[in-house]
Amino acid sequence: MEFLYEFPSLGRKTLSGMKQAVDETFKGFSRAYGEQLENFFDPLLRFLIWFEKLLEATPWPVILLVVGGLAWLGSRSWKITAGSVLAFIAIGVLDMWEDTMATLAIISVATLLCIAIGIPLGILMSRSDRAQGIITPILDVMQTIPSFVYLIPVVMLLGIGKVPGLLAVCIYAIPPIVRLTNLGIRLVDKDVLEAADAFGTSPWQKLWGVQVPLALPNIFAGINQTIMMALSMVVIASMIGVKGLGVPVLRAISNQYLALGLMNGLAIVALAIIFDRVSQTYGKRLQAYRNGGK
Amino acid sequence: MSELKVQIKNLYKIFGKNPKKVLPQVKSGLGKPELLDQTGHVLGINNVSLDIPAKQIQVVMGLSGSGKSTLIRHINRLIEPTDGQILIDGDDVLTMSDKQLRDVRRKKTSMVFQKFGLLPHRKVMENVGYGLEVQGFKEEEIKQKAQHWIDRVGLTGYEDHYPGQLSGGMQQRVGLARALATDAEILLMDEAFSALDPLIRYDMQSILLELQDELHKTIIFITHDLDEALRLGDKIAILRDGAMIQEGTAPEIVLTPADDYIADFTKDINRGKVIRLRALAEAGTPYDGANIPAGTLLNDALDPLAQAPNQTLGVTEEDGQYLGTVSLTKVIGALAG
Repeated sequence: MEFLYEFPSLGRKTLSGMKQAVDETFKGFSRAYGEQLENFFDPLLRFLIWFEKLLEATPWPVILLVVGGLAWLGSRSWKITAGSVLAFIAIGVLDMWEDTMATLAIISVATLLCIAIGIPLGILMSRSDRAQGIITPILDVMQTIPSFVYLIPVVMLLGIGKVPGLLAVCIYAIPPIVRLTNLGIRLVDKDVLEAADAFGTSPWQKLWGVQVPLALPNIFAGINQTIMMALSMVVIASMIGVKGLGVPVLRAISNQYLALGLMNGLAIVALAIIFDRVSQTYGKRLQAYRNGGK
Repeated sequence: MSELKVQIKNLYKIFGKNPKKVLPQVKSGLGKPELLDQTGHVLGINNVSLDIPAKQIQVVMGLSGSGKSTLIRHINRLIEPTDGQILIDGDDVLTMSDKQLRDVRRKKTSMVFQKFGLLPHRKVMENVGYGLEVQGFKEEEIKQKAQHWIDRVGLTGYEDHYPGQLSGGMQQRVGLARALATDAEILLMDEAFSALDPLIRYDMQSILLELQDELHKTIIFITHDLDEALRLGDKIAILRDGAMIQEGTAPEIVLTPADDYIADFTKDINRGKVIRLRALAEAGTPYDGANIPAGTLLNDALDPLAQAPNQTLGVTEEDGQYLGTVSLTKVIGALAG
């Protein structure tokens, strides 16, 4: 009867052997290719550092102007523009300027990277059911697997620092942009596509002239979600050596500093809201034709 | 008759898992309902052959599900047939490579859709110029040609509107202008006016006829509306269950329907607005009295006939050719059916 109450698992010896084999293989791989991988990501690292330095070296009034300008260009709304500038002033007054710049740098680079990889991937998925069948479960895993689990191999391969942090953020943040690009293109009206075909549109012309423009609302929702998810990874990324607002939060957790944690947490929220409102209103403005032009 | 522009030869289209497998059964005479029952395949087009002359309006008529929209999509190969041949200017469309096919779609055919198929993110001007843009014309040339056709369909002043801001009738004018802008010789119109309300539809038909008087395109016009078919069609083909059951001119179809199905269709038609004297002239009887043009509609012939001596007139074609005589009794008989 005992058999029924205890699941017949593989023996401890076999299991630890298996685990060790996996670990050893990966370590071997890491030793053999770690350096090449690091070299491969080197341009990314340099770009990230350059961008961070740029943000840190720019006088704060200039940053405020740029933030206000971008918010205005994106949203064309005084409310959102004023809110963005006020939020940045509050961040500065509460002495979180430098951390905010660091966070801004990594979020921007992560978002750009996600868009650069995610949109082509989404397009590929929309054009091939087989690609969709393969990529969808991978995205599911990326979104649901606890971040700490993929931090292990990333850190093993690349050590602690900005690049592994960036990768961790991207792994978590890229699924929405891929999914929504795919969905958006698949949802484009069949009648419109047929009309495009009837006029002899080539696949390339159809993709960029019809499918992508008409999928833009969904693609923008994807970019928006990607930014939000990247921001929510800031704290975890700081565990593997990414500078920014996550670091004080981490310190606040281990020392039970409520105020410090709240302040930095709210700064992340403020960034999230600014990104969200500006990108959403920009997306809506691109869709002028939907609500009667202008 | 004039040269043939489009030829459809023994076309079959079967929808389902394995169309090629059931094709022989269809060819040996299995009907649409039986095919569905026995094999789960849907018969879209059943052995349709149609010669479409250049520079005329060929109407294809049928109720929904008769395969008419499927048929028109074969001409520019938006749908691949199961078997058969489609020739445009003698070239087989079905053996063309993707590139050749794109060239045909760009330069030889253009299409107007029931649901308009306009690009919602582009303004009227950009929609009308779409076909030219796809072909790689220069921007100025596109603008100039697009403007010409926008003016022609009466949309001047709406160039910078989005399709969503226009009414259905105006949207279809955009569709028509877009189709005309590429200068293609063949115009495929798939229930182009069916989504419009009756007054606007009549308007659009008038615009089309007016343009056709001048442009002489080969137009293939799909409709489920007999009035529309009779008004527009130089030739009419009637489809049922994917098969062609009659083909001919408007008077031929009204006066000698091929079967009860068509007779049923045509019985409520105002014959006086469809049939012209040409169809009734009795050849051989010489007549020395007044003449009346052969193209006169029966409705318009009643008055002159009533006032003519013996209530009879001679019928002549525009070129002066004498066809024969027609009497008031004969016309009234034709009107009554």
